[in-house]
Amino acid sequence: MRKLLRRILLVDFLEGLRVTFRHQHPKKIVTMQYPAERPKVAERYRGAPRLNINPENGQTLCIACDLCALACPEALIVVGWERNPETKRKDLINFTYDTSRCMFCGLCEDACPVDALELTQDFELASYSREGAIFDRQVLEEGIQPTRYKF
Amino acid sequence: MSGTFLDSTELVLNMGPQHPSTHGVLRVIVKLDGEKVTGTECVIGYLHRGVEKIGENRTYAMFAPYVDRMDYVAAVSNGLGYCLAVEKLLNVEAPPRAQVVRVILTELNRIASHLLWLGTHALDIGAITPLFYCMREREATLNIFEKYCGARLTTHAFRIGGLQYETYEGFEQECLAFCDMFLPKCDEYEELLTGNRIWVQRLRNVGVLNAEDCKAYGVTGPLLRAAGVKWDLRKAQPYSGYDKYDFEIPTCENGDSFDRYIIRMREMRQSVRIIRQAVADIPAGPIMAKVPKVIKPPVGEVYVSIEAPKGELGYYIVSDGSTQPYRVRVRPPSFVNLQSLDKMARGSLVADLVAVIGTIDIVLGEVDR
Repeated sequence: MRKLLRRILLVDFLEGLRVTFRHQHPKKIVTMQYPAERPKVAERYRGAPRLNINPENGQTLCIACDLCALACPEALIVVGWERNPETKRKDLINFTYDTSRCMFCGLCEDACPVDALELTQDFELASYSREGAIFDRQVLEEGIQPTRYKF
Repeated sequence: MSGTFLDSTELVLNMGPQHPSTHGVLRVIVKLDGEKVTGTECVIGYLHRGVEKIGENRTYAMFAPYVDRMDYVAAVSNGLGYCLAVEKLLNVEAPPRAQVVRVILTELNRIASHLLWLGTHALDIGAITPLFYCMREREATLNIFEKYCGARLTTHAFRIGGLQYETYEGFEQECLAFCDMFLPKCDEYEELLTGNRIWVQRLRNVGVLNAEDCKAYGVTGPLLRAAGVKWDLRKAQPYSGYDKYDFEIPTCENGDSFDRYIIRMREMRQSVRIIRQAVADIPAGPIMAKVPKVIKPPVGEVYVSIEAPKGELGYYIVSDGSTQPYRVRVRPPSFVNLQSLDKMARGSLVADLVAVIGTIDIVLGEVDR
């Protein structure tokens, strides 16, 4: 009899719904209104690569040692350098980083002995062309410039 | 005698590879007699990326991010298994601090994996609500991963010989806060599902796999424990300091889909227990063992297996003394567990097939590799 009553009055069903409606409070909303509201990613987030420059004299920190290119599992980093006849040191000519093949494992960042190459918190890597995904030295030093829409 | 009104002819149907309840790109050729399944055959390989072959062309350190992409729901466990295998080959051991942090992250990942399983499985059965709740709680674990190593899904959290990253400030408190938050939520899922008559009727006595069949098929993980076999590699052959923690291996008797659900719910609670113990006692010290910059293990072969969320995950690595492995063979739990699908689904209804595929908890990235 009791079982039948439970069934007729939809007790199980209502118990389930009670849990559902307990979560309707606006304070518990977790949805983020991207792009109006941008998520704050963690400090160690591995996003778009950046080639750091010395803030004092504007020169690159990269010493063209090629360790990042050797550490990369996908071999997507190409370091172009030239021996400076005066200082006998390597000068960085070009630096290509193909983000279309990158899996953001962070091995290049770990390999860098001078903290020149860094994976940053920028995460908006979309581009209209395949070529746009291949970062050259200028993009790497200035950082990516994603479009910011006004709302 | 044929041709009577109730007779039906045998029908061969494709389920998948684009079917949403096959959890990826699994194709099942189903032989049907009316609504009844008389035989199934899995066609796999749609997500094959040749991970094992990639391993032969990469150095040991370079291959570590690739293993995350096999079972992408439990990437941390994959990384742990690979790192332990190479460490055994090199004959080094991660320092105590690294081991404890590894245990915490792996258990968090076990919870994340089971939560995703619970949500998607409930969705297959027809309960839509749990998916959103599970995703919400999973988010908390992913946030911890993001803060710890900078990635949410394919984490690459561990390195050969220990850890690359030191724990961030507030790591312990966040883990404990997650534990405190999670247990009541676990009760909530059970409140929604365990007593729910639709849920019980859809899962009870569906896809029964008894202990003998489990052993015959080599099935491991929650499926094996649901059949009543008390086998967990964390207890059977402790690795990474699991013998220090006090936890139980949950088991059930029937080996049906409902028991597998119960097992996974209990396992999440046990994981919380392990995390609490581990967080309370993180030793100080280095996080990286002395590992040469260029990893060149001696000639030899090694097999190391760990208890991944889905079962026994094994790595068999052969070294020829060079910087690259000669062969990397992965024993993925999903692949082995999937082979028991035919045994479980035969004789059941088409709708039950969805429940059975769900309770095996397959990740096609791992099945196809």
